[in-house]
Amino acid sequence: MKRVTLFAGHYGSGKTNIAVNFALYLKSIGKDVIIADMDIVNPYFRTKDSMTELEKAGIELISPQFANSNVDLPALPQEMYKTVQDKSKYSVLDIGGDDRGAYALGRYTPYILEENDYEFVFVANFYRPLTTTAAEALEVMREVEVAAGLKFTAIVNNSNVGNDTEPEDVLTTVPKAEELSRISGLPVIMTTAETKVCEQLKTEIDNVFPLKLQKKYFDIKG
Amino acid sequence: MAEKVLMKGNEAIAEAAIRAGCMHYFGYPITPQTEIAAYMAKRMPKIGGVFLQAESEIAAINMVYGVAGTGFRVMTSSSSPGISLKGEGISYLAGADLPALIVNVQRGGPGLGGIQPSQSDYFQATRGLGHGDFHLIVMAPASVQEMADMTAKCFDLSDKYRVPAMILADGTLGQMMEPVVLPEPTEYKPDKPWAVTGTNCERKHNIINSLYLKPEELEKTNFERFERYKAIEENEPLWEEFMMDDAEICVAAFGIAARVSKNAIMAAREKGIKVGMIRPITLWPFPKKPFKAAADKCKAFISVELSMGQMIEDVQLATECKVPVTLCNRAGGMIPSPEEVLEAIERAAGGNK
Repeated sequence: MKRVTLFAGHYGSGKTNIAVNFALYLKSIGKDVIIADMDIVNPYFRTKDSMTELEKAGIELISPQFANSNVDLPALPQEMYKTVQDKSKYSVLDIGGDDRGAYALGRYTPYILEENDYEFVFVANFYRPLTTTAAEALEVMREVEVAAGLKFTAIVNNSNVGNDTEPEDVLTTVPKAEELSRISGLPVIMTTAETKVCEQLKTEIDNVFPLKLQKKYFDIKG
Repeated sequence: MAEKVLMKGNEAIAEAAIRAGCMHYFGYPITPQTEIAAYMAKRMPKIGGVFLQAESEIAAINMVYGVAGTGFRVMTSSSSPGISLKGEGISYLAGADLPALIVNVQRGGPGLGGIQPSQSDYFQATRGLGHGDFHLIVMAPASVQEMADMTAKCFDLSDKYRVPAMILADGTLGQMMEPVVLPEPTEYKPDKPWAVTGTNCERKHNIINSLYLKPEELEKTNFERFERYKAIEENEPLWEEFMMDDAEICVAAFGIAARVSKNAIMAAREKGIKVGMIRPITLWPFPKKPFKAAADKCKAFISVELSMGQMIEDVQLATECKVPVTLCNRAGGMIPSPEEVLEAIERAAGGNK
């Protein structure tokens, strides 16, 4: 397990959900964890939405001062440096979408490279319209790398169509994830899916990681 | 075979517009609608379309005016303060009878307001987005799927009646992600004899204009335009009824407020309260008919809104004030919770029942 795990990729690929669940997982196996919201692009649906759950679990959350507020101020707090400088804790970094979101990571990259104990994870959802193929995903991957000044080291396949996702929907994307792995030279370290879907996938795919998804007020019941 | 993808509401509008044959987008970024512009910036160059980030909202709407005059499908998008800036250009579009799509992904106001979701531009959209006597066709989606479907519908209606159309969404709908089945792409071939396309010296010039030198002429164009508005009011109102068959209380809500209300209505039904909902899908023309009919059998109406109470006036007008209409609302970027709506329903039902 690397000390710093960073999740980046196309926006809307599911980085925040995975980061929150991964931080909770690290905590559950006894690690001391900081989760940081480095997203300076997305106005709504942020890491901070899970603040209560993260705090309850004893995970420190560092998030931009103006997250979930009424203004668009893309500023990161000074304490963000803790994630790369305080080596006594595991850090999970939730990076903003696309290259535009990844620029914010650039200033921390020298520290990450110097320590050299990180996993830079590309989150792929092949149901996102601009990354439906491995080639399109690779294009985003390269753009993010240039913006962040950091090369990816791994891929997570988080292909889903939201609340409607069936195990079959995930299975059909496995060849695309493998193709992305082939053309990028990076391993697919896990396939993520909502907990129930994950149960059914366990027998089909290795390294499935269950995600607990946050209920939203506008999800229609029934 | 229709493909299912996971999209943000904003992206769904952009992709659906392209698939409806809109090859021209002019805009200026503003949260929470920027993904529309960002998506267009990525896609348009790949398909030979035009994406142009104008120097301002005012410039963008006037570029829309230009393309609309040539008969091609064209759109712009913004969020509340940006839409106010476009007001003058929208009035010109209406005055020149030009079809176009304008998307408003609303945020809290007035003024610079904030970036959280709101429905407080209802008056602006339905009463007069600019000076002069005019209407827009206004549609209010309540899901990412509807963001896509209504985009195509708005282009069709706008072309059919030569009236600019608006999608009135809110920040939540713009930002939320849901599965969506996109409409099949269509190639749009303009068939508009009034368009400015070059005469080849074979016909009289077409003129796109909203200036008339004689008041009698200007009056005539207003009369003619209102004949079309009358036809729209007769033919185009759309709404959804939810659990209205035996309802004694009627919730009126559109967009994201309707989704919150649905959950509250189901919770109220579990408590034995006979409550249903009429969800206006077109805000102009407002679906007066179902409200008028419901006023004869319901004892109370509740208008659920993300504003200080704007649609409530249309509900009162449509129900001819036969029964009380109360307001359940939050403002300034806040959203009524299902619990707050449930409380309002319980109050209307009289105590706990």
